[in-house]
Amino acid sequence: MRDPLSSKIQDIPFSGIRKFFDVVSEMPEAISLGVGEPDFDTPWVIRKAGIETLEKGRTFYTSNSGLKELRIEISKYLERKIHVKYDPLTEVLITVGGSEGIDAAMRAMLDKGDEVLIPQPSYVSYVPCAVLADGVPVVIPLKNENEFKLTRQELLDNITDKTKLLVLPFPNNPTGSIMTGEELMDLVDVIVEHDLFVISDEIYSELTYKGKHVSIASLPGMRERTIVINGFSKGYAMTGWRLGYAAGPERIIEQMMKIHQYCIMCAPTNSQYAAVEGLKHCDQEVLEMRDEYNRRRRYLVDFFKRTGIPCFEPFGAFYIFPCIKEFGMNSEDFATRFLMEEKVAVVPGTAFGDSGEGFLRISYAYSMEDLKEALGRFERFIKKLRAEKNN
Amino acid sequence: MREMILKAIEKNSRVDIHELAIMLGTDDETVYNEMVQMEKENIICGYHTMIDWDKTGIDKISALIEVKVTPQKDTGFEKIAEMISNYPEVNSVYLISGSYDILVLIEGKTLREVSLFVSEKLASIDSVLSTATHFVLRKYKDHGTVLATKPVSERMLVTP
Repeated sequence: MRDPLSSKIQDIPFSGIRKFFDVVSEMPEAISLGVGEPDFDTPWVIRKAGIETLEKGRTFYTSNSGLKELRIEISKYLERKIHVKYDPLTEVLITVGGSEGIDAAMRAMLDKGDEVLIPQPSYVSYVPCAVLADGVPVVIPLKNENEFKLTRQELLDNITDKTKLLVLPFPNNPTGSIMTGEELMDLVDVIVEHDLFVISDEIYSELTYKGKHVSIASLPGMRERTIVINGFSKGYAMTGWRLGYAAGPERIIEQMMKIHQYCIMCAPTNSQYAAVEGLKHCDQEVLEMRDEYNRRRRYLVDFFKRTGIPCFEPFGAFYIFPCIKEFGMNSEDFATRFLMEEKVAVVPGTAFGDSGEGFLRISYAYSMEDLKEALGRFERFIKKLRAEKNN
Repeated sequence: MREMILKAIEKNSRVDIHELAIMLGTDDETVYNEMVQMEKENIICGYHTMIDWDKTGIDKISALIEVKVTPQKDTGFEKIAEMISNYPEVNSVYLISGSYDILVLIEGKTLREVSLFVSEKLASIDSVLSTATHFVLRKYKDHGTVLATKPVSERMLVTP
């Protein structure tokens, strides 16, 4: 029999997270600091709207781009939050989670051999999506001493004649790093001068804890070369609803729509109706969830400071990214031993790229009680490691 | 700062001052001083425990009593509300709008105990015109907390 598989797909490795997930799933009694989704239920108003949608029998397809009403609400939301105007009819596309938007944007914009700059550590999809779109991923390893922000110099150092796209994953999963308006501004003239386009993955935009989230699309000259990816998973605690969106110039969104139309048809209808309610009525709930994450975040920052584990203060998402190099183990060994000995799952930093080596991703999408239990075990574990080292 | 403290302790009064200070991004002294001051001002009126007595097997019965009264000269509803509040079995007393004036939440050991309170203590107050007693059959949510058994989280342990 011939090989049924393409070499392109076989060359893409499975996600490092998946590998770790397999180990963890053998241990049902384990507790975890390893999830990348909110611990809150979706606000009740939204769930109720989803239920009512089903009761009313609204179980048909929507238009390919998504419900007009939802696109209008998203357009208003973006204007209010990032101060950029998008025409709801031609510049907003409703997708199946932010992930589909990333995929569609890359496929719409890349020709074979085009280089895509991907700062890492970052979400696991960018590199495989670039490869699937026949692009060439060029990883920019970000540095702890820069709080894992992308600097102008790092950007300049990685641009070649073939560079076409830059992925900007901020607020960042897994580091919790954000980029401020000034820090983004520092990149703008480089991007414009080299005629690059940007996929700005802002899925965690509601979860920033220092100043307001700034989108690069709002900076001079950037709207026409940026695709903003966002969605409802994180801020609205709607991961399982699979609903996201892309906003950008018509010329690009139109072609992304074509991919979406042929591959997906439309995003889930009841999720779309539910999200309309979310955008209209849930500002307060979103804010309250953010405040709760912020309290936990401060607690974790203090915890790592107190236990002498180096860690910059993250101001976004719901992750903290402590450095565990002092223990002389790589991230995966540390995480595996921690899981075996203390029954706590954390994700090794390397699941998000090689530059995550020596770090762990700790999620604080957990109740304070759960966090305290898990951190208590972490403290016991590192004491043991330090004692071992001194013997 | 006060609002931040109150919001944080409203759902968990057991939180330790040092932890609270960390979570709010301030120092222990600030939190401590604010809390003492709010206790003095009776903004913080107590640190109660939420108990679902139904799960204990200890018999308790609660009722909501709507009370219609004639307001008194000079003091209006104040005096009557105060009088009702003095009974230790009374949990809450609210002045309300609508067809009744005062809503009384009461907790007793037996149906009889609550009935006796209404007929002997409450109805006998001069300005009380009428009462309507509603016994609570089941509590689903109290003080913003759902009393049902905590659902087990079905989130996967590790996700990207």
